[in-house]
Amino acid sequence: MNASLFGATASILFSLWATNAARALDGAPYIHDPSTIMECEGKFYTFGTGGGGLISDDGWTWRPGAVRPGGGAAPDAIRIADRYLVAYGSTGGGLGGGHSGRILTMWNQTLDPQSPDFKYSEAVVVASSDGIEDCDAIDPSFLLDPTDGRLWLTYGTYFGFIRLVELDPKTGKRVEGNQPVNIAIDCEATALIYRDGWYYLLGTHGTCCDGANSTYNIRVGRSQTVTGPYLDQTGMDMLRGGGKLVVAANGRLIGPGHFGRMDLGEGVEKFSCHYEADLDRGGRSVLDIRALLWKNGWPVAGENFTGGTFVIESERSGYVLELTVDFVRMAGSRRGGFGGPGGAAGGRGSSSTNALGAGVSGGPGAGSGPGNRGPVGPVTPVALQTLAEASTNWPAGMMDVRLGDYMLRPHQKWAITAVTNAGGYLGSPYFKISLAGTDRVLAATGDAEVVTVPTFTGKPEELWRIDQLTDGTYRIMPKAVPQSKEPLALTAVGSSTPTLAKFDGRGDKARWNFKAP
Amino acid sequence: MLVQGFGVLALSAFQVLSAVPETAAPGVSPGNPGRGARDYTPEHPRSLAPYFTPATSSPKAPDKDGFLQRWLLLEPIRKPNRSNTVFTDTYIRNAFTTEYFSNQFTMVPRAGDKVTVGGQELLWHALDSSQFNIKLFRFADGLNKPTYGVLFWAVTVVDSPREQRDIRLAVGSNSASMWWLNGKEAVILSGDRRMVMDDCVSKRLTLNQGRNIIRGAVINGPGMSDFCVRFIDEKGDPIKDITVNSENAGN
Repeated sequence: MNASLFGATASILFSLWATNAARALDGAPYIHDPSTIMECEGKFYTFGTGGGGLISDDGWTWRPGAVRPGGGAAPDAIRIADRYLVAYGSTGGGLGGGHSGRILTMWNQTLDPQSPDFKYSEAVVVASSDGIEDCDAIDPSFLLDPTDGRLWLTYGTYFGFIRLVELDPKTGKRVEGNQPVNIAIDCEATALIYRDGWYYLLGTHGTCCDGANSTYNIRVGRSQTVTGPYLDQTGMDMLRGGGKLVVAANGRLIGPGHFGRMDLGEGVEKFSCHYEADLDRGGRSVLDIRALLWKNGWPVAGENFTGGTFVIESERSGYVLELTVDFVRMAGSRRGGFGGPGGAAGGRGSSSTNALGAGVSGGPGAGSGPGNRGPVGPVTPVALQTLAEASTNWPAGMMDVRLGDYMLRPHQKWAITAVTNAGGYLGSPYFKISLAGTDRVLAATGDAEVVTVPTFTGKPEELWRIDQLTDGTYRIMPKAVPQSKEPLALTAVGSSTPTLAKFDGRGDKARWNFKAP
Repeated sequence: MLVQGFGVLALSAFQVLSAVPETAAPGVSPGNPGRGARDYTPEHPRSLAPYFTPATSSPKAPDKDGFLQRWLLLEPIRKPNRSNTVFTDTYIRNAFTTEYFSNQFTMVPRAGDKVTVGGQELLWHALDSSQFNIKLFRFADGLNKPTYGVLFWAVTVVDSPREQRDIRLAVGSNSASMWWLNGKEAVILSGDRRMVMDDCVSKRLTLNQGRNIIRGAVINGPGMSDFCVRFIDEKGDPIKDITVNSENAGN
C-alpha cells in the first residue's frame, strides 16, 4: 500500500472538497430574507424578498424558480393540514422610505409552480402599521402552536416594537377582535418556535444589507406563554433589548439573519437563515441551512460538518470505529512496571492476558523499573505508529470494521471529505469516509452491515449523510443500503460492534462523535 | 428584511430608493433601520405625548429599575450620515468633541434656553419620559424636527443623599453615544448600536453627595434613536436612592 501517495492525493482532493464544503449550500442559493423552508412533494422551497425564491431537489443544491406573487419583502411560509400559508410584507421596512406597512397572507395547495394545483388565493391583510406608530409591519413569521392549534404571527423591525397577532388557522385571516401584543424591541426578522413548554422568540439584531460590513446576528429569548415576556438567559426582557446569541458570523460567512426552523424528527433539527455576505461568492447574500442544537433549554447553532480527519467515537461505548485488523504494537513499550519504591510491584498485565505476552513484565512483583521515582536517562518523544508500519499484513479486499479502545493507531483514523456532484441533503453534501491515508472507504452492504472496500467508486452505499443531532452528537447514514428501501444509520449494536439499523434517537447507540485524532 | 436588501439584490424597490436624495442610505442600512431610507414619516399631528410630559418642579426618583427618566434635551443638530456603520470610536470622539455651541461641556441648561448651532436656533426641553428609555426619535418627531441624520445632547442633574463609591453608569443607546459624569468621560458606545439596557457600563466611579451632572450625546443616521441610563452597583443592581431635579438645572 502506497500510503504516501494516497496521503498526498487525499490531501489535494481534500483541499478542493473542503473549499466546496465550507460554502453555504451548493448551486445558486442567492436570496435575501428567506422564508422558513417548506418541503412539498419531495422538493424544498424558500421564498425571498422581492418575490420568487429558491427550489432544491435534495436540500443541498439550490436554484431559482420558486414563485410568490405580491413582491414586497421577507416572506414566511407554513404548512397547515394539506395547504401552505404564505405571508409577506407588501411595504414597510423603509420600502419607499416609509414605515407604513401591511402583512398579507395567501394560501396555495402546492408550492410546485409546475403543478396544475398551483394557484395562490387572493392575499388578505392581517396586520398593518400607519407609518407613525411604533411599529413597522414587515418581516412576518408564523407559529402554529402545537399545544392548542392556535396560529400566531410576529412581525416588525427596528422601527418600534415587534408585535404578535393571532390568525385563524382555517382562513389565514386575523382573528376578529385580536389586538397586537408588543413582545420585543430593536430587532427584526423574528421567528417564534415552541419546544418543551417554552416559546422561543428569535430575532435578528444588527445591521443588514451592507455586505461584509453587515452585523446581522440571530438572538433569542423565551417565555412560557406565547405573549411573553420573552427573556434571555440573563433575565433581560427582549422589550429591553435582551437576546441570547444563537449564531453570528462564522467561517467566511457574515451576517446571519431570518431564522427558520425545520424539525426533521428523531432528534434532528435544522434551521435556515441567510448570510448577508458569503465571501466565497463575491460577498453576495446566500441561503444556509445549519443544525439546530439545544443546550440547557436554549437553541444553539450547530456547526456545518465540512470534513477533516477524525476519530469516530461511539456515544454508547466510547470506543472508536476501526478497521478489523491485528493490533500492532508500537515502539515505546513500557519500561518497568507499576512498582513503588524499589520497583517491587511490577506490571499488572491486562484483565485477561498479559499484553506483552509470556515472559515480559507479567505478574505482580516481576517489574524492576523506576515506578513513581521518574525516568532514568533521557526522555525522548515516541513517534506515532505509521500507516506503513500498521498495514503490513492488511488484506487487499473488503475488510470489516469494529469498535475498539482508541489507541492513536492508523486503523482508527478516518478522513471524511465532501463528494462533489453526488447530491446531498438539507444543508450538506454527501461525504465519503476513508481510512486516513488510504483509498479504503466505509460502505454499507446488502445485508445492512458496514464494511470497508478498497477503493471509492461513488456508489450510493459509499456515500454518507452526517447530521448533527440536537445534543451535538451525530447521526451517520449511508445514502442508500443495497436492497433496502429503509434509511438506516450506523449503530453500535454492541459495545464493540457496529451495524446499520433504523435510527433510534432515544438512546446512544446511533450517536457518534467526531474527535480530533 | 430590509430595504437595504434591495440594494444588494438590485430589486425594483431599490430603484425607488435610488432616487431618494441626501440622508437616505440606499444600499446600506442601519440595522436599526428606517432601513436606510430618509425619514418618510407621513404627515401627522405632532406631539410629544404619550412619550414625554413636561418635567415638573418636584424631584423625580428613578423608575423601579433605576432608569433616569427626566432629562434636558436639546433639539437635534443636523448631522447627516448615510449609515450608522461609520460610528467608529474615532468618528464619534471627533463628532462629540466638536464644539457646536458655547460652553457645551459645562453649561447646565434650563428649559427654554436657546443655543445657536450652524446658524440655527435650538431649544432645550425639560422632559419626563413615560418609558424607561428616552425616545429621541419621538422627541424630534413630536417637535417636527429632523429625525434621521441627527445628533442629540442630553443633560440631567442627579441628587444623591450621600457619596456613593464604586458604582457604574450603565447606558444603552441607538445609535452611538458618549457620556460624561461631572465633566469626566464615563462611557462610550461606538458602532451601529441598538439599544440594550446596560449595554455599555462605565468603570467604577463615584456619585458625589448632592448634585451630579450627567451629560450625553447621541448620534444616529437613519432609524429610530433612543437611550436608557441608570446607575448600578457592584452586583449590577440599580441605584435608586437618588433623584433627578430639573429645578436645580442651571443653578
